[in-house]
Amino acid sequence: MNKYITAYYMDEEDLMKGLRQMKAKGLKISDVLTPFPVHGIDKVLEIPRSRLTRVGFIAGAVGAAVAFGFQAWVFTIDYPLNFGGKPFFSVPSFIPVTFELTVLFAAFAMVIAFLITNKLSPGAKPLIHDERCTDDRFLVVVKVDDDSSDESISQIKLALAEAGAEGILLKA
Amino acid sequence: MYTSPLREPLIRGNKNYKQVTDDILAPMAGTPSIYWYIGISIAGLGLLFGAWATYITVFYGIGEWGTNKTVGWAWDITNFVWWVGIGHAGTFISAILLLFRQKWRTSINRSAEAMTLIAVMCAGFFPLIHMGRLLLGFFIFPYPNTRLLWVNFNSPLLWDVFAISTYFLVSLIFWYVGLIPDLGTVRDRAKTKIRKAIYGFLSFGWTGSARHWSRHETVSLILAGLAAPLVLSVHTIVSFDFATSVIPGWHTTIFPPYFVSGAVFSGFAMVLTLMIISRKALNLEDYITVNHIESMNKIIILTGSIVGIAYLTEFFMAWYSGVEFETYAFFNRAFGPYAWAYWIMMTCNVITPQLFWFKKIRRSVLFTFIISIFVNIGMWFERFVIVVTSLHRDYLPSSWTMYRPTIVEVGLYVGTFGLFFTLFLLFIRVFPVIAIAEVKGVLKSSGEKTKTTGHE
Repeated sequence: MNKYITAYYMDEEDLMKGLRQMKAKGLKISDVLTPFPVHGIDKVLEIPRSRLTRVGFIAGAVGAAVAFGFQAWVFTIDYPLNFGGKPFFSVPSFIPVTFELTVLFAAFAMVIAFLITNKLSPGAKPLIHDERCTDDRFLVVVKVDDDSSDESISQIKLALAEAGAEGILLKA
Repeated sequence: MYTSPLREPLIRGNKNYKQVTDDILAPMAGTPSIYWYIGISIAGLGLLFGAWATYITVFYGIGEWGTNKTVGWAWDITNFVWWVGIGHAGTFISAILLLFRQKWRTSINRSAEAMTLIAVMCAGFFPLIHMGRLLLGFFIFPYPNTRLLWVNFNSPLLWDVFAISTYFLVSLIFWYVGLIPDLGTVRDRAKTKIRKAIYGFLSFGWTGSARHWSRHETVSLILAGLAAPLVLSVHTIVSFDFATSVIPGWHTTIFPPYFVSGAVFSGFAMVLTLMIISRKALNLEDYITVNHIESMNKIIILTGSIVGIAYLTEFFMAWYSGVEFETYAFFNRAFGPYAWAYWIMMTCNVITPQLFWFKKIRRSVLFTFIISIFVNIGMWFERFVIVVTSLHRDYLPSSWTMYRPTIVEVGLYVGTFGLFFTLFLLFIRVFPVIAIAEVKGVLKSSGEKTKTTGHE
């Protein structure tokens, strides 16, 4: 069982100022919950750049190869059909389907990867620290170990308070 | 202190984040207003008319339509192209304007994308019903079958299948990924247990974690990057249905850009028609302001002018080509038996949008509403002119004929309107009509508060 200390801000500029102060003091912030993406937060929390773009690129390349390869195979090997004397291996007319499947594969792979890495799924039961952080609160979450002393907890609380956070709570 | 004289705030009325949530979620709360019930009843009647027409078409066949040997494509393809075109504005707003970092799109992208999805459903209905034997509709997909046949990958009609289905699926996931954070907001504010459970399920367990937001932004950006060329490809491929044929009036290389700009043109008109009604009905006038309307009107002038130039270019090329059939096809469009349709198209699409050069008209809600309807009508006639007048007098004068729709075809068209408005009215009750998180993201930089306090 983990314990959490949470505290909130009412404004993203105060949040950013507070986060920088906490970081300077060496406080380890587990997560920040915000109602909308706050720019610059990635740097402070040291969130690495998402690799989802690579997933998209690879899936798009697979989609292109599958679509082009399949059409070429159908019309040159499996069942060559003469459509008005056009060449069997007619590259230009394979392009539209190839393009569409590239986009389809890339988009679906990225969204599926996005859901998996975020552990988002229909019916997922997330730990909701504060229902207002999808509305107008910017919540800072600090995870504390079960066996951590009261002293270290009160230190964290003090650090949060000094950084200007409100409503500091310890939750089991 | 410096107050920018150039731009007015995107969101009016000194809102804080809580007020934004409250305002946008207000239409979803409580019981619907009487207007909503009236609206959905009328839409339902249209849907019933469409259901009857579908029944007649499926039971008795395509012979119930006014199409004939010469005019094999008529209202169904006209309606198909018209609806697909309308869908384009949603993707244009959410993808292309995102890539161009146009902040004003945040107020309208959600509902415009919903409009896209519904419009593509309406569009897809027409080719499906034109197949005649709906039960064999799945023959359009390449799957291993006992007939040992594949589909014809050289055919633009098959490209259409891939383009439209990809477009629908990608628009759907793009829209839903954008919805997830807002559904989290709805879940966290739900008062009843059932509502909490439903939106908990739909929101996929969104909490607003900074890591999730970071990935969410990456996914949204790349999806926009994918959707932008996709939307251009879809109407390009739709135009190939015509352009790759050998029918005078269809066999034209300018069709792809001409169709795409026409699609964006008609789509923005439809977005305007819907937004002007819904901003009033849902009390969202602080979010969808006159500035938004003006920005959309500017896009209408641009795309409308491109369409106008395309009409003139087509005419010039018909004469300049020196091809007798090509020249006649265009002469027949403008002065033949369907000249009335041609001149409705010219007036609505080329002349009326030019009124938006006047700032007063561009910023007038009433004028914009009227002109947006004109554009919708004009763009429907554009497709009618392209489809029917090019066909009705073909190479062989003995088969020249006229086309007029039957009540069944009218029913199918009205039915898609019923479907469109039914689903749109359900959408505004079930989902947040404006992207809440995105509006909050631009509130500081473009809200009224910053403008009055200014940059220090």
